[in-house]
Amino acid sequence: MITGVGMVHVWVLDQDEAYDFYVNTLGFSPHGDVRFEHMRWLSVTAPGQPDLPIALNLPLPPLMDEETVATVRGLVAAGHMCPGGFATKDVWATYRDLKAKGVEFIGEPEQHDYGIDVGLRDPFGNHWRLTQLPAE
Amino acid sequence: MGRDVPLARHLLRARDLIDSSYAEPLDIPALARAARVSQSHFSRCFKRAFGETPHRYLLTRRLERAQALLRNRKLTVTQVCLAVGFTSLGSFSTQFRRFVGESPSSYRERAHPAFLPVPGCFVRMMTRPRE
Repeated sequence: MITGVGMVHVWVLDQDEAYDFYVNTLGFSPHGDVRFEHMRWLSVTAPGQPDLPIALNLPLPPLMDEETVATVRGLVAAGHMCPGGFATKDVWATYRDLKAKGVEFIGEPEQHDYGIDVGLRDPFGNHWRLTQLPAE
Repeated sequence: MGRDVPLARHLLRARDLIDSSYAEPLDIPALARAARVSQSHFSRCFKRAFGETPHRYLLTRRLERAQALLRNRKLTVTQVCLAVGFTSLGSFSTQFRRFVGESPSSYRERAHPAFLPVPGCFVRMMTRPRE
């Protein structure tokens, strides 16, 4: 029986830059940073959710051939990767805070039936949602 | 920002600008500036990256937003036309009919499915009209 989601993978184009963005800008916590030869396994966790690592993976050989690497880098840069959404209790405050730190947002928070949300991009083009669900 | 940013990343900034500022009088020079590429290369690069010209992306984004506003029937057709960045009701109606296949007023009066559990961003991306 599957009991939940335990890990999320995101393609990034530079792991140092990714670490800086997810940890120093978004406020995520370092989770893992394992280096072995040319491999680097880098993961972070969102505040309040230490059991859901987000792996920041480089598209590189031998995971894939050079042509596929270029394709994946292109897909990320063109904004076709939408890994998912982040939860917040106050989307407007978080939006203002992150915008002041230079995070690129796609428009402003908008009210929907399920809550208020807005899109943001990581430095590479990955599209994350930032969503505030109605208070219970 | 990294020095080795792929061109599509700059073009994505321009597309994001269309998505957030579609109601503004956006033009190719403004978008090219947002993409940090020269105007002459802009449309060609945009089309290579996203499969359509920036003009067409802007047009269909405006029409998608117009459909969303028409669906909730709070605004008149003229109000919707102006709210999404068209300056002439005639060209709005012509383009709407071209892409959606009916007039804005008949679309407005028709019953539409409720998108309640579907994320708004997904609806916005998936319901952008195609010719």
